[in-house]
Amino acid sequence: MQSFADAMIAALNLIWEFDADLREIIFLSLKVSVSAVLIAAVVGLPLGAWLATTRSPLRGFLVALTSTFMGLPPVVVGLVVYLLLSNVGVLGPLQLLYTPTAMIIAQTLLILPILIALTRETLSPLQAHFHQQLSLLNATTLQRLLTLLREGRHGLVTALLAGFGRAIAEVGAVIIVGGNINHVTRVMTTTIALETSKGNLALALGLGIVLVAIALLINTLVLLVGMSTRDDTTAASALR
Amino acid sequence: MNAVCPVIGQHLLISRSDRVLLSVDHIIFGRPLAQRVATDKQNSGSCVVILGPNGAGKSLLVKTLCALQVPDKGQVLWADSAPDKQRRHQVGLMLQKPVLLRRSAESNLVYALRLKGHDKQQSLRLSRDALQQAGLAHVARVNATRLSGGEQQRLALLRALLLEPDILFLDEATANVDPGSTLAIEQQLAQAKARGITIVMVSHDIAQARRLADEVILMHQGQIVERAECAIFFESPTKNLTKRWIEGELLV
Repeated sequence: MQSFADAMIAALNLIWEFDADLREIIFLSLKVSVSAVLIAAVVGLPLGAWLATTRSPLRGFLVALTSTFMGLPPVVVGLVVYLLLSNVGVLGPLQLLYTPTAMIIAQTLLILPILIALTRETLSPLQAHFHQQLSLLNATTLQRLLTLLREGRHGLVTALLAGFGRAIAEVGAVIIVGGNINHVTRVMTTTIALETSKGNLALALGLGIVLVAIALLINTLVLLVGMSTRDDTTAASALR
Repeated sequence: MNAVCPVIGQHLLISRSDRVLLSVDHIIFGRPLAQRVATDKQNSGSCVVILGPNGAGKSLLVKTLCALQVPDKGQVLWADSAPDKQRRHQVGLMLQKPVLLRRSAESNLVYALRLKGHDKQQSLRLSRDALQQAGLAHVARVNATRLSGGEQQRLALLRALLLEPDILFLDEATANVDPGSTLAIEQQLAQAKARGITIVMVSHDIAQARRLADEVILMHQGQIVERAECAIFFESPTKNLTKRWIEGELLV
């Protein structure tokens, strides 16, 4: 068992050398999470925008459903995806279990409710603000949605970053559907879990530092985007 | 009350020489709103100013006429049929607080024209010409949300006029702007009227009604108290309530 100081020195050394194994794990983590965010965005942004604008009687139910799914434990999502992708599952013939694709599916399902909810929350006040003016300009439903998505772009970037943050830090779902197979489905979080249990604290800590650095970068970006949005809003409201 | 609103939920008609622009029949929002008035006959557009205290129902009436609100009872007609999307651009409304997109002043105009069906080049040309004529060319590239309140309102008016409505409603459009911008807006409205656009303004400002109105309507508690030509309205009003309003009494 190494001391914390020894582990930290070894970890920093690993990051400094940036060897092939470390590189592979970090790149796969980024690839899986970025893919999940992009797929979730394609589905989640229009759905969130629709929820912000619709008067459908289903709206209340769907909002409650989204909020419920936001709090889903990742292991439950992992379990569901596992059941779907396993040989007895409906998607079994695709043979996707224990592949990066399975991990992308799990992470997409995990962050989709977050993206839908944050998009709805970002666009709801904009819908209230622009609703009458867009009616006067005779905008169709599609034109309305696209306009609101563009007007709320700063808030939506924050939502995407929040989704990415959740995806890359997630371990429960990806370990179930990915299996943490070396050189195939091993990502930062699953490696940390495995290496810690093996007592290889240097690699675990090194990856932990990279993960924290990525989280710090994301939060800084969220803060910067938030500040620029506030500037716009303040300027706009001060002049009214 | 019966003396000033003798008939509940009758008919409001706004027209010009060649055709009826729109009318309201028995519209009711919980309580009755609006009644019958004579039509105005002029070759160019006219300017009707609707005056009245807060809560008189002026904004609600205007939004109903623009089909932004659906009355609990009654009917709004554009010309002789119910409002429809095909004629949306014929009835314009400028809101009290301008609602502009977070993009340049020019792009805001282009956006509106594109939605009306103009192509990109045509929209750009029309927008630039309009900004030039309105003396706003220097802010064409400035983000609309960063313009001054007066400039924002002038831009919103320009956008409404670019869509070439037959009738343009203004809901207290100059309530929060400086005198210079108010003058610019009033000049734009005079030009629009000369082009044949009928202007219907909701206002608190009696002096503005005197400057602009061909006709004045006084509303109180959801009813039209009096409608008359501007000179007659101010010089020899027939209703006691109108006289008290002109003299500056606070109507509650």
